[in-house]
Amino acid sequence: MTIGLGHYLTVAAILFTIGVLGIFVNRRNVIVILMSIELILLAVNINLVSFSVYLHDVVGQIYALFVLTVAAAEAAVGLAILVTFFRWRGAIGVDDASVMRG
Amino acid sequence: MALQAIAFYLLAAATVLAGLAVITAKNPVHAVLFLITSFFSAAGLFVLLGAEFLAMILVVVYVGAVAVLFLFVVMMLDIDFAELRRGSVRYLPVGAVVAGILTVEMVLVSASVAANGAASKSDGPAPLTSVTNAEAIGRVLYTDYVYFFQIAGLVLLVAMIGAIVLTLKHRVGIKRQDVGRQIARTPASGMRIVSIKSGEGIDE
Repeated sequence: MTIGLGHYLTVAAILFTIGVLGIFVNRRNVIVILMSIELILLAVNINLVSFSVYLHDVVGQIYALFVLTVAAAEAAVGLAILVTFFRWRGAIGVDDASVMRG
Repeated sequence: MALQAIAFYLLAAATVLAGLAVITAKNPVHAVLFLITSFFSAAGLFVLLGAEFLAMILVVVYVGAVAVLFLFVVMMLDIDFAELRRGSVRYLPVGAVVAGILTVEMVLVSASVAANGAASKSDGPAPLTSVTNAEAIGRVLYTDYVYFFQIAGLVLLVAMIGAIVLTLKHRVGIKRQDVGRQIARTPASGMRIVSIKSGEGIDE
């Protein structure tokens, strides 16, 4: 029983779906939504790395490195916005952020 | 080969189960800890694939920085998480249907890509050579992709400045050191001579 590319892609697909489902079921909790986005980006990284390894081309791993960089920046800025929002409203529910809604 | 398969299935199961636990955990601190587990297992998958450098980066960046940042924010903010979960079951059926369709589609596409795509002509994962994974990445990253590397650094710098600007709070009524004012102070502005009548003291 050999582990092929399809196995890794399947794990990534399941992880991606878990991230999407996380946004669905926790749609009021911004922190869990951010964590779900991190899971989605991890699934993307697994795809990139497995293709990079099976195509014998290291560029895919460099791409994954950049995805990692952007994900870290996104988490930092997202959590900073969350802290500012909590100071302003005293709550972090998604439906609390409805002031700009027309 | 059998050992590799066992390791793959263990790590894959740990990654997926921890991912499920992230989105279902009632306590957000537990969710962050499960996120760490998920990333750690995914790093194990990367090692299994032969991408050690990215696996270590994943552990350092995610477990060491991002997950701790999440933990910090979760513990710093005083939030009633039970209240936030109210009504979340309402969207579970729709979410489960969408997730089921998405999984089936993506697994089918993955299987067909793995069987017929460009990677199907490859003879398995890249063989181990004398060039280590970190060296192979460095050879490409610092030559062909050096501008992208610099831009990635710039993105991190902008994110850092953005996070600081967003969370910086100027409180009023706090005594701060102002070096400019201290240096500009002269004897004329710093003191005055008053003559006090005996037994009366000074007003201020």
